[in-house]
Amino acid sequence: MSRRVAVASVALVAAAALAGASPARSHLVTTGLGPFYDGLGHLALTPEDFISVLAAALLVGLRGKAHGRAALLVLPASWLAGGALGLALRPGAEPVVGVLSLLVLGILVAADLTWPTTVTVGLGAAIGLVHGYLNGGALAAVAGGGLGLVGIATSVFVVVALVAAFVTRLEAPWARIAVRVAGSWIAAVGLLMLGWWLQTALA
Amino acid sequence: MSAPPTSRLRATLTLAAAGLLLRARPTFAHLESGQAGGFLQGLAHPVTGLDHVLAMVAVGLWGAQLGAPAIWLLPVTFPVVMAFGGMLALVGVGLPGVEVGIALSGVLLGLAVAAAWRPRLAAAAVLVGLFAVFHGHAHGTELPAGQNALLYSLGFVAATGTLHAIGITIGLVHRFVWGRTLLRALGALVAAGGLAFLWRALA
Repeated sequence: MSRRVAVASVALVAAAALAGASPARSHLVTTGLGPFYDGLGHLALTPEDFISVLAAALLVGLRGKAHGRAALLVLPASWLAGGALGLALRPGAEPVVGVLSLLVLGILVAADLTWPTTVTVGLGAAIGLVHGYLNGGALAAVAGGGLGLVGIATSVFVVVALVAAFVTRLEAPWARIAVRVAGSWIAAVGLLMLGWWLQTALA
Repeated sequence: MSAPPTSRLRATLTLAAAGLLLRARPTFAHLESGQAGGFLQGLAHPVTGLDHVLAMVAVGLWGAQLGAPAIWLLPVTFPVVMAFGGMLALVGVGLPGVEVGIALSGVLLGLAVAAAWRPRLAAAAVLVGLFAVFHGHAHGTELPAGQNALLYSLGFVAATGTLHAIGITIGLVHRFVWGRTLLRALGALVAAGGLAFLWRALA
C-alpha cells in the first residue's frame, strides 16, 4: 500500500512536469554576489521550491537516518541532473508542478507511512529532477545559469541536511505529531494552490 | 607606520562592498513585490470574522476535551478539509447555505464542548470536516485577487492552525476539576455566539 502511494506520488509529479509547458515566468532573484550566490539564495526567495524541499526534508526526517542520508545525496544530485537537462532543453514554467509537490509531500508527511529506502530514493529523484528541470529552464535565459544551478543544489543540500537531521532526532510523540501537523498544513496550502491554479486554468 | 586593525578592517569592508556593488548584474533583476503583503493578508483573513474564530477555537477546545488522538486529529482535519472547501469555491463549485453552515458549526461545536460530548473519533472528525467545508468555501469566495497565492495560502492556513492551537491551549485546563467546568462554560459561550450568527443568517 505505502509503496503504491509513493509510486503514485512520483508518477503524479513526473506527469505534471511533462505536461504542456507555458512561457517561463521565474528567474533567479539577484543578490549582487554573482550567479552561484543568486542560486544559493533561490530557496530563501522562492517559497514554491523552499516549501517543497522543506516538506521532503520533514518526510525523510520522519522516516529515519537511512532515508535522510539517501535523500541528502539523491535530492541535490537529481536537482542538478534535472537542471542540466532543463538548461539544455529550456522548458517553460509549469506552476502546477510546485502545487502537486506540496500536496503530495504534505499528505505523505501527515500520513507518516513507512516504506523502504528505495522508495525514498525514487521519490527524492523525482522531486529533484522535476524541480531542477524547471529551474534549469528558467536559468537557461540568463548568463551563468549553470553556476546558479549549483548554488540552488547546494542550498537544497543544506536545507535537507539541517531539517532532516533535526526531525530524525525527535523522539517525543508530540514532537513527531507536530511535524505531521506541519505536513497537513503544507497539504492544505497545496489544496488551496490547486484551487488558484484551476481557477486560472479554467478561466 | 601601519594603520590600526580597526581602520584596516573598515577599509577592507569598504573595498569588499564596493566590489560587490560593481559585480551586481542587472540581467538577474526581478522584483518580488507584494509577497509579505500576501502572507499578512492571508494571516489576517481567518481572524476578521468572529463566526470563523468561534468555530476554529471550539475545534481546539473540543479536541483538548476529548484528549488523544482527537487533540491533534481534529485540528489536522479542519485545515485540510477547509482548504478543500476553499478549492471548491475557487473553481466555482457552489455550496448552498454557507452562512447558515458556519453559524451552525459554532452552535453544534459549542454544544459538544458544553455537554462534554464524547462521540466516536471518526464521527467527531466527520462533524468537524463537514463544517470545515463551509468555512473553507466562504473564505475561498472572499479571497482577494492579485495576491501571491502561495504566501496568502500559507498565512491563511497558519492563522487557522494558530486559532486551533489557542483553543487547545485553553482546553488544557480540562485536567483540573474547575477547568472542566470552565471549559463547558466556554462551550456554552461559543454556542450562544453561534446562535446569534445563526439568527442573523436566517433573518
